[in-house]
Amino acid sequence: MEILLAFVVGGLFAASVYLILRRNLVRLIIGIVLLSNAVNLLIFTMGRMTRGEPGFIPVGQELPPEVIANPLSQALILTAIVIGFGLLAFTLVLVYRTNKDSILVDSDDLRDEEIDPSVYHK
Amino acid sequence: MYTLILRTAAKLIVPLLLLFSIFILLRGHDEPGGGFIGGLIAASAFALLAAAFGTQPARRALIANPLELMSVGLAIAFVTGLFPLLLGQPLFSGLWVEFTLLGTAIKLGSPIIFDVGIFLLVVGTVLTVVFELDTDGISFFPSEATVDARGPTRTQP
Amino acid sequence: MSSHLFIILPIVIPFTVAVVTLLLRKAPQIQQWVNLTGMLALMAVSVNLLWLVHVDGIQATTFGGWAAPFGITFVADHLAAIMVLSGALMGLAISLYGMAEMDKERIAFGYYPFMNMLMAGVIGAYMTGDLFNLYVWFEVLLIASFVLMALGNTREQLTADIKYVAINLVSSLLFLGGVGLIYGITGSLNMAEISLLLAEVESPALITTIAMLFIISFGIKSAIFPLYFWLPASYHTPPPTIMALFAGLLTKVGVYALIRVFTLFFTYDVGYTHTLLLWIAGFTMVSGVLGAAIQTDFRRILSFHIVSQIGYMIMGLALFTPVALVGAIFYIVHNQLAKTNLFLISGLANRLEGTFTLKKLGGLYAVYPGLAVLFVISSFALAGFPPLTGFWGKLVLAIGALETQEYIILAVALLVGMMTMFSMAKIWMYGFMPGTESNRANATSDDHTLLGMGNGASGTPYVTSPVMMYIPIVLVALLIVAASVFFGPVYTITEQAALELLDPSLYIDAVLNP
Repeated sequence: MEILLAFVVGGLFAASVYLILRRNLVRLIIGIVLLSNAVNLLIFTMGRMTRGEPGFIPVGQELPPEVIANPLSQALILTAIVIGFGLLAFTLVLVYRTNKDSILVDSDDLRDEEIDPSVYHK
Repeated sequence: MYTLILRTAAKLIVPLLLLFSIFILLRGHDEPGGGFIGGLIAASAFALLAAAFGTQPARRALIANPLELMSVGLAIAFVTGLFPLLLGQPLFSGLWVEFTLLGTAIKLGSPIIFDVGIFLLVVGTVLTVVFELDTDGISFFPSEATVDARGPTRTQP
Repeated sequence: MSSHLFIILPIVIPFTVAVVTLLLRKAPQIQQWVNLTGMLALMAVSVNLLWLVHVDGIQATTFGGWAAPFGITFVADHLAAIMVLSGALMGLAISLYGMAEMDKERIAFGYYPFMNMLMAGVIGAYMTGDLFNLYVWFEVLLIASFVLMALGNTREQLTADIKYVAINLVSSLLFLGGVGLIYGITGSLNMAEISLLLAEVESPALITTIAMLFIISFGIKSAIFPLYFWLPASYHTPPPTIMALFAGLLTKVGVYALIRVFTLFFTYDVGYTHTLLLWIAGFTMVSGVLGAAIQTDFRRILSFHIVSQIGYMIMGLALFTPVALVGAIFYIVHNQLAKTNLFLISGLANRLEGTFTLKKLGGLYAVYPGLAVLFVISSFALAGFPPLTGFWGKLVLAIGALETQEYIILAVALLVGMMTMFSMAKIWMYGFMPGTESNRANATSDDHTLLGMGNGASGTPYVTSPVMMYIPIVLVALLIVAASVFFGPVYTITEQAALELLDPSLYIDAVLNP
């Protein structure tokens, strides 16, 4: 299972790098989403996998059973998802705002725009 | 964009979603659930309203300004975390009170108040973004794409 | 209890101010005073923290009362305390400056809450002893900086913010990946425990691989050689107050994180990792200073110099001797003072003359001799003229390089120091010495209509008198002079920090056996 997930993580990384390197800003955002998912999955895999054993202590017991899913990596991922979600929402608004009063969606034009801002006025 | 189906469905679904979000929030006290997920559900209820009826009705339904919800939520969560300091305990320690009400033992802790703060914070943040994405007040999902996938056409300076 | 409270206060205070100012959304003028009070309190608390650490040794506390390797730890060693103190200083100076520079629109839009959130994030990153928590603090400061960068919504700022956001998101995610890998091989997130457990890991190659991930992610944040291009492309767009805040705090957090992980974790393959860092340091210095050479905008020159100065700090870390580390730490503090002050001066010049373009500024010296003196102090300090702080920093670094016989990096460092002087002289020549009459006449006719509204800013502040802006500049300049004159005591404290870094057992003991 770890091997399979390792390949999935690798595939996600590759796809996200491809998308981030594209010139369209919308693709850039999707690439960042994929990258964040890849990293979350990486943490999940690094936390060791178990099957059918939720990370809970049964009612009425003090100690967890012998085999238990790693709750820490799940907590880390949850935190990372929450943070990633907030950042993504901000990025989305940012690109939308930029697009609203200029015609920019091409990351190459961001560079030209820096040199001469008048080119891309709507 | 006017669709009768979405509007009729939204009228039914939105109250249910809001009720469900509060259930999830309170359930988070002892079981899976909590402020974040509850907040997301509540926010999606208002996002649905915005999609069906437009942003302005959704804003009116929310009553409070999402930015204010955000700041109040953050303040509640932060003060709850800070409170143990006054009692000489480390930051963000859980404080618990137990009492019996009408014969049932009730255990209340500061985490639930923290969760309420998070709930408001999440609702505020998500709706700030949702409303922000539609400041034009025309439609939630613009019918003609404002983002031209082929990239910009240069205007000569 | 009492020491526990004092460790936590530097984070609690800015966060409290952020929450309070957020609630006071409708009363911007009260926000200003709440913010100033908070910064003064933060200052007092940080001085106290440094004192506590200096007298009683490394301090540690945990979050929520969970014991050390399980709960989130907060640690204050000398390095963290020094960084917190100089961060608080920057916060105070920038708050004073902002009262006269920050325009009403941006304050109404939430400048103060986000500024304080940034401070909380920076200080949290300095003090946390938990690797994942470090990621969380990084995100706190990043989201605050994203908003600050775009605050005001000018097109220039928005497009700059896209570059800044995109590259920083990627860097954060790479860092998170590194955290995941470290967690996978050690099973811990507590930095002290990781340091112990990494020693037992069989394959050093794996550790070195992870180290590369950390170099890249922190390298992007601290703007080292092949990864710095986002910085000069975005730093010049927000108004001077925010620019100074970023210059003083953001890249330095990246450097701090590099110093932390490359003294606590990745010390098993020093021959490879630290040599690589040394090369990076050299290239960073040279490319930054060369980039500055062709610029003619006050802010852009300073932005490129941030990059070049980062090289010196990395050089101190890469040489990895007590003396060199002293140099690196001292250089961070020195750079925060000098660079922030130069940004503040550029903002004041813009306020007075309405432009950041050097050729239009021309002749400031004749009109504002006081400003010229302040500029000379800060720029000489930056370039490393004796007896100012930059000289001491470079001297200590040079001794470190001589001790380890790294003559090439020594030569590069000295050469770059000279080229820094060249850039500063350029600002002086064009901006302060009398320019040709026509230049100056043009400047006044074109730009005085825009008084106080340089490219970024779009409105008026609450205090319109530029005299208010002088106060923090003079204050920081005096601090630079003081740190130069009393270099002895400053050296003693930074030396303590360096010795603690080179002996991780002190840090580990303080965290795991309180």
